[in-house]
Amino acid sequence: MQSIVCRGLSKTYSKGSKALDSVSFKFEGNGILAIIGRNGAGKTTLIRILATELMPTKGTALINGIDLIKEPKKIREFIAIVPQEAKAVHWLTPKQTVVSYLMYRGIGFSQAKIKAEESLKKLALEKQINKLNRLLSGGTKRKVLVATVLSSGAKIIFLDEPTTGLDPISRSDLWKLLNTLKKEYLIVLTTHYLEEAERLADKIGIMEQGKLLAFDTLNELRKKLKYKYSIKIIGTEIKINYKDAVSINGIDGNQQILTNENRSSQISQMLIKKGVKFSTNMITLEDIFYYLVKKSIIEENEDNDES
Amino acid sequence: MRTMMNRKSLNQIMASVLVNSIYAMKNYPIMLINTLLAPLSILVIIVFISRGALIGVGIEGAFIMAMISSGIGLQSDLSHLKNDFKLQDMVVSSPTSAVNYMVGMGVSELVYAIPILVILSIMAAIFLHPTLIQTLILIAVMTIVYIFSIALGFFFSTVTTDVMQSWGFTGIISTLLSTIPPVYYLITYIPLPFRYIAYISPTTYAAEIVQSSLGFLSITQTNLIIDWIVIITVTVIVLVIAIKKSMWREV
Ligand SMILES: Nc1ncnc2c1ncn2[C@@H]1O[C@H](COP(=O)(O)OP(=O)(O)OP(=O)(O)O)[C@@H](O)[C@H]1O
Ligand SMILES: [Mg+2]
Repeated sequence: MQSIVCRGLSKTYSKGSKALDSVSFKFEGNGILAIIGRNGAGKTTLIRILATELMPTKGTALINGIDLIKEPKKIREFIAIVPQEAKAVHWLTPKQTVVSYLMYRGIGFSQAKIKAEESLKKLALEKQINKLNRLLSGGTKRKVLVATVLSSGAKIIFLDEPTTGLDPISRSDLWKLLNTLKKEYLIVLTTHYLEEAERLADKIGIMEQGKLLAFDTLNELRKKLKYKYSIKIIGTEIKINYKDAVSINGIDGNQQILTNENRSSQISQMLIKKGVKFSTNMITLEDIFYYLVKKSIIEENEDNDES
Repeated sequence: MRTMMNRKSLNQIMASVLVNSIYAMKNYPIMLINTLLAPLSILVIIVFISRGALIGVGIEGAFIMAMISSGIGLQSDLSHLKNDFKLQDMVVSSPTSAVNYMVGMGVSELVYAIPILVILSIMAAIFLHPTLIQTLILIAVMTIVYIFSIALGFFFSTVTTDVMQSWGFTGIISTLLSTIPPVYYLITYIPLPFRYIAYISPTTYAAEIVQSSLGFLSITQTNLIIDWIVIITVTVIVLVIAIKKSMWREV
């Protein structure tokens, strides 16, 4: 069974900034782990450490039970990564890109050619297979790299923002593919599309300033939050008594309130009386993300004020 | 089991050769002309200036320079692949080791050198008529210079973080290995106090060995031995540093 166990992973870059602050979690079995977080939260740092590209400053992680500080070579036999800023090499074609990567994994030339064609086909790249990467669109180049690692047979795959730059149809195609692959693979991905995490992830990690704020299934994340309902007031701002409720204004500029079931119906009735347009929904990952990150920033500021 | 291991390594080495030279030449044939141009143009200038007198030394110099260009080319090719495409990151997380990556990329630079080496060999056969011993000495020195420059290029490429920086290193390596040392001419042409500057560069020692073996330069037996010791020692040191200290997994 595949597994990733992080034990107090910390990273301080030599240029000073603390990018990862004792991150611990455990993911077992096949499936998708999605890491979300704002720019600079530490997602790439975490993924690069797990892919044995970067040494942690403190702590360690076990990939399928193997310590990544002590035995990176063993781990590299069954992992593969598409780095955030990776680009398909300009002067190669998609097929040459995949073939050469497979050879880096030790596979022979003729076998590599067959696998490359299969994998590019899976990502609907048959037409581009022999064009120069340089001539492909940005999203297509990205897909070539995804095809590259998926061809490898590596059982644990790291994808750092795989769908950034993909059009909505390609993105949903990739989601479909990942959804079928997750039965056989352990895939760790980072994303800024919360819908992506909602749809694909078996577990979601939320990061902020190097810390892992939450790590759980979407359902558990929902359960842990004391507020289950989200009320969005449209087009106006209303004064509300924030008893058993919290405001997370800002997602789309509308006033938004997270609250529990009881209070939700009270507020709704009040809003109906006032004739205000509003909608009530179960909280989404976006709401949870906003809530946790905002809370973490407020706490951080309070800590700083105290010291 | 053993042969399986070797086959795997061979595939990994071949991957670099495909990426960095064979596919590159296949898709951009202009690369071929480029590899011929630089050494040949210097050779032509030397021959013109010396009115043909230095053609032998020039050919010998071009042989050595072809090897040095490999190291310089490797350094910038690797920085490009590492920093602009993040290929190295993908390879680090794969079963390919730093050594196999270095060897593969090294061989890929040698592939670029094949056309010029063929031309120079023909010219050598016509103008130099080397004996077997002379040929073997030339090949031995070329091999050492090649390993030295590849190791140096690999080391520098792994510590660069962007291509701008790598151009800085390219400048340093090429001045040290190809501008300062008297490769295309004899060291005796340099006035004495300045000659010591030339000895900073390992290439100078390599050139001395070949120039003396071909009879262009007369040096004492002791000096010849020192030359060999210096180039072999420096190469071993650089190679060890490249393998041990290059930044494969970032810290
Ligand atoms: N090589 C580096 N040297 C120094 N600091 C770095 C380096 N790489 C990242 N950082 C810093 O570490 C922190 C975390 O960066 P990281 O790239 O992990 O964030 P991220 O969550 O992936 O962000 P994004 O969503 O923008 O990709 C940032 O403050 C960043 O500036
Ligand atoms: Mg990132």
